[in-house]
Amino acid sequence: MNWRYSPAARIGLSIAVATGLYGISFGALGVASGLSVWQTIALSMLMFTGGSQFAFIGVMSGGGAGSAAFGAATLLGARNAVYGMQLNQMLRPRGWRKLLAAHITIDESTATAAGQVDPGEQLRGFWTAGVGIFVLWNLFTAIGALLGDALGDPRRWGLDGAAVAAFLGLLWPRLSAREPVALAVLCGLVTVLMVPLAPAGVPILAAALVAALWGWFSRGPADEGLEPDIDPVVYSDDTPRERL
Amino acid sequence: MPLWGWIVAASVVAYATKLAGYLVPPRLLENERMSRVAGTLTIGLLASLTAMNAFSAAQALVVDARVAALIAACIALWLRVPFLGVVVVGAAASAMLRFAGFG
Repeated sequence: MNWRYSPAARIGLSIAVATGLYGISFGALGVASGLSVWQTIALSMLMFTGGSQFAFIGVMSGGGAGSAAFGAATLLGARNAVYGMQLNQMLRPRGWRKLLAAHITIDESTATAAGQVDPGEQLRGFWTAGVGIFVLWNLFTAIGALLGDALGDPRRWGLDGAAVAAFLGLLWPRLSAREPVALAVLCGLVTVLMVPLAPAGVPILAAALVAALWGWFSRGPADEGLEPDIDPVVYSDDTPRERL
Repeated sequence: MPLWGWIVAASVVAYATKLAGYLVPPRLLENERMSRVAGTLTIGLLASLTAMNAFSAAQALVVDARVAALIAACIALWLRVPFLGVVVVGAAASAMLRFAGFG
């Protein structure tokens, strides 16, 4: 079995194209939130975890401080540690490969690997999706940032509405049962109630606290909320699955 | 700290978080509570970010053209439009409402 005939590599590439493309929305929204083109590109190159990147610019566009953006991005990245543990068990990378694998450890690369049974296919799926997304995500971030910069007033083009849609789009695949929906509604309410009472950025951290307590004290599936934004299952032609 | 400082700091911590997963003893993986909190945290933060970006303007609650984006995105996701399409639909809904003179 080599890379050319690997179904996992094919799924990885499809995922890379689908995920990489939406880097264009991150780029445009990054600039609209007040970051420079280079700062937006730096987030995609260095942070490289979509949810946290969107969180960072989401707090900035709401008028939050850099420290609040840092806090929201960091908390949202916590799930990547869980992915790292799973992938380390699955792929057992050594030396420099471990350092490289860590950087491309995100929802989609983890899900592509986890969707395979054969260890060789897990490896090919992970690296194709991870490296592919990294390249395309950065390319489209740059394009989006330059476009956003050229557009001028972001509100005129509805880019503030686009940010709302982007966050809902990231949340949606994780609302697969009644319990996560209840949690999402609760955290949304906490945020809205806190906005007039606390400095920008703090309402998000309050919602994070509520969510952490919910996870700590309630019982439920251990993989809840760890669904990828773009599901590799949809892209594998041999195992179709009805969703929702 | 200037914004660049926060960008670099958040990126370093994001990488450290990922790498930590590769370095901790595998038996930690058996602790279901940890991955459960990571999951509920993800849902809570994304819900919070959605609400904040839809209804807040600095420290005030406002209802403006962004609500149209929220509703339109909801419908698009219900119809299984891909992510990028959802974002475009959201932008179009807000832009059109604003063009018509609301919010």
